[in-house]
Amino acid sequence: MKERKGLIIGSVIMIAIFVLMFIKGEPSKSIMVWIAAILTLSIYSFLYKDNVFYKFAEHLFVGVSVGYSVSVVWQNAFIRRVFDPLFITRTYIVNDKFSLYLFLGIVIPTLLGLLMLSIFTKKQAWLIRIPIAFVVGSYAGMGIAPSFQANIFEQTRSTLYVTLSISASIMIVGVISTLVYFFFSKEHKGLLGKTANLGIWFIMIAFGASFGYTVMARISLLIGRMQFLLHDWLGVIK
Amino acid sequence: MRFWEKVMKLDRRWIFLLIGLAVLIPFLKPLKLPLTITKPAKDVFDAVENIPPEGPPLLIATDYAPSTAPELDPMLYALLRQCFTSKRRVILLALYPQGAGMAQAGLDFILPEFPEAKSGVDYVFLGYQPGIQAIVMYIGEDVRLAFPTDAYGIPLDSLPMMKNIRNYDDIALIIDLAGSSIPITWVTYAVARYGELMAVGVTAVSAAQYYPYLDSGQFVGMLGGLKGAAEYEKLIKQKGYTKAREIATIGMDAQSIAHLVILFLIIIGNIAFFASKSHKKKGGPIGS
Amino acid sequence: MRRKIPLAIAFVFGIIMIIQFFIPHRISVEFYRNMLNALVIVGIFYYILAVSSLIRVHRGKIKRKKPGWGYSYVTLISLVVTAVIGVLGGAYQATRITSWFVQHFHWQIEQGTGLMVIYTYIQIPMGATMFSLLAFFIASAAFRAFKARSLTAVLLLVTAFVVMLGRVPIGALLTRRLPEIFHLTNIVEWILKYPNMAAQRGILMGIGLGMIATSLKIILGIERGYLGGGD
Repeated sequence: MKERKGLIIGSVIMIAIFVLMFIKGEPSKSIMVWIAAILTLSIYSFLYKDNVFYKFAEHLFVGVSVGYSVSVVWQNAFIRRVFDPLFITRTYIVNDKFSLYLFLGIVIPTLLGLLMLSIFTKKQAWLIRIPIAFVVGSYAGMGIAPSFQANIFEQTRSTLYVTLSISASIMIVGVISTLVYFFFSKEHKGLLGKTANLGIWFIMIAFGASFGYTVMARISLLIGRMQFLLHDWLGVIK
Repeated sequence: MRFWEKVMKLDRRWIFLLIGLAVLIPFLKPLKLPLTITKPAKDVFDAVENIPPEGPPLLIATDYAPSTAPELDPMLYALLRQCFTSKRRVILLALYPQGAGMAQAGLDFILPEFPEAKSGVDYVFLGYQPGIQAIVMYIGEDVRLAFPTDAYGIPLDSLPMMKNIRNYDDIALIIDLAGSSIPITWVTYAVARYGELMAVGVTAVSAAQYYPYLDSGQFVGMLGGLKGAAEYEKLIKQKGYTKAREIATIGMDAQSIAHLVILFLIIIGNIAFFASKSHKKKGGPIGS
Repeated sequence: MRRKIPLAIAFVFGIIMIIQFFIPHRISVEFYRNMLNALVIVGIFYYILAVSSLIRVHRGKIKRKKPGWGYSYVTLISLVVTAVIGVLGGAYQATRITSWFVQHFHWQIEQGTGLMVIYTYIQIPMGATMFSLLAFFIASAAFRAFKARSLTAVLLLVTAFVVMLGRVPIGALLTRRLPEIFHLTNIVEWILKYPNMAAQRGILMGIGLGMIATSLKIILGIERGYLGGGD
C-alpha cells in the first residue's frame, strides 16, 4: 500500500517535471547535465523515504569524493613536492653540485610521512604516532603566539578602545558577562552569578542570530539546487 | 483541541512539500523584491576597488566544498568578474582539495566571458597543497616555496604575473571564501603573524560568529551567505562591471518566501504546542 | 617506549617552535621554513589514513555481509575509478594519457581533464544536493522543536525571527515606511554588531584561551588524545 503511494507521488512529480519541460523549457542537451540532474533527484527521493536510488547516490558520493581528493593530492602535492624534485628536476643539484642539505630537506619529511604506512601492519602500527606527534606538536608550538595575538589581544583591545555610546556599553557588558559565564561556571551566586545570568541572555541572542542565519543558509542550498534543476537542466527559467 | 493535536502529529513530508513549493514557485513567478546593501558587503567591494588595476594581486582562497557551493559560488563569480573587467589581478588557491575543484569549476564558468584573460598574466591558479596552517605561513615567507608550481604544473618563476610577488607584502588583499572555520586560520597566521589585510565571504551559518573580527578590523569586510552574494552582485552591476545573470539575486525572492513559511511553521508549532499542553493539564489524553 | 617517543617528539618540536617565534635571526627563519616544508610534505601522507580507514570500513561491511553491503562496492569502485582517472589523466592539467584519448577518440573535454568532468557533474551536484536536504529537515525541526518553553528560549526565538526577516528583501519591504532606525535591516545589523558580537567575542576569547591551553597540554604531554588508543 505504502509502496503504491510512493510510486504514485513519484510519478506525479515526474509528470509535472516533464510537463514543465515541454511547455516552458529548453532542456539541456548535455548528457553530463542529465546525469547530474538524475543524481540530484535520486538524492531528493530520500525525502519521501530511504530507497535504492538514494543509497546508491550516497555511496557514489563518498567514493568519488575520496577518489577526487586522492587524485589532487597525488598530482598537485606528491608529484610536484616529492617525486619531481627527487627524480625529475633534481632540485638538490645546484650548479652541478650535490647539496645534502636540500636533498635531506625532501627525504626526511618523506620518510617521516611514509611511517603512516605502518597503519597497514599489526605490530608496528604505533610508528604512525611519530609523524602525528611531529605535526601536532609543531602546530601547537607555532599556534600559541599568533593565536594569542589574534583572538585574545586584538579582541581585548577592540573591546576597550571604543568611543563610549549606549551601544558600545552594551557590547562591553556583553563581552564581560559572557566571559564570566564561561569561566565561573561552578557557582552562580551573588554579583558573579547575576553577571553570569546576564551572560546567558547575550549568548541566547547570539544563538538566536546564528540560528536565524542557519535557516537562511539551509534554504540557500536548496535554492542553489532549484536553480540547477530549473535553469541548467530544464531551462524553464532564464 | 483535537485539531492542534492532529497538527502536532502531521507527517513531516507535508512540511517538506511546503518548503519545496515555497522555494519553487518564486522562481516561476518572480516578485523582484528590492535589495538593500549592508556595510560589511560594501566594505569588501571598496577594499577590492582600492587595489590599483594591474597592481598587486588579490588573493582569493576558495576554501569550500560543493556542500556550500550554492552560497559561495556566486561570490567567487562576482569577484572574478569584478577583477577581470577592471584588469585587477587574481591569485586563486585552496587549502582543501575540494576547494581547488571549486576554483577550477569557477574559472571554467567565468573564463568564457573573458576570452582575453590569460593564466599567468591576468590570473594565477595555484591549486592545492596540504598542511593548512603551514601553507598560510609559508606564503608569508615565500609563495614559491608554498606552491612550487601553479595548478597546471608551470613553475611560478615562468609566470609573468608572479615575477615581483614574493609573499604577503606583495599581495594587496586576501579574500577567503569559506564554508568552515578556516578564516580563523587565515586571521591567526596571515593577519596576526604577517600583518596582511583580509576580507571574508562565508556561509550564513557562520556569519554571526565572525562579527568580532569584523569589529576589530581584522576583517576589512564580510559577505554573509546568499544575501551577501546578492549584495555583491548588485554592487558590481551598479558599477557597470557586468550584465551577466545574477545567480544569487534571482534566488532572493525564494529566500524571502521560504523564510516567511518557516516563521509561519514556528508560530503554528508553538500554538499547537501550547494548545495541546493546556489540554494535557486538564487531564485529557496525552498526545505524543 | 611506544608512547614516550611520540610524546618526546611533540614536546621538543612544540618548545622549539614557541621559541622560534621570538627569534628573528636568519638561522631561525631558515629552520622555520624547513619546518613548514616538512609539515606540508608530511601532510601529503595524511591522506593514506583517510583512504585506508574508508577502505577498511567498507571491506569489513562486505566481509561480514552487513545490511546494505552491496552498496559498499559502489563506494569502493567509484573511489578506484575516480582515483585512476585523476592519477593517470591529471587533476587540472591534462596528462599525455588524456591528450592521447582526446586525439584518437576525438573526445571533447571542456573541463580540461576527466577528473574535473567527474567533479563538475557528479561531485558538485551530489554534494550540494546532499546538504540541501537540510533545508527540509530544518523546516520540519522549526515546526516541531523550536518551542518558547522558557524566557531564554523566547529571547532566542525572537532574535532568530528578527534576523530571518531582516536579512531578506521582504523584511526591508515591510518596514520601509518607518523611520530609518526602525528599518528591519538596520535593527538586524545593530543586533549582530553589538549584543551578538559581544557574546561571540566572549565565546571566541574563551575558545582562544582553550586552544592555547590545549596546545600547552599537548606540548607538555598532558593531552594525549592524538596518540589514539593502545599502549
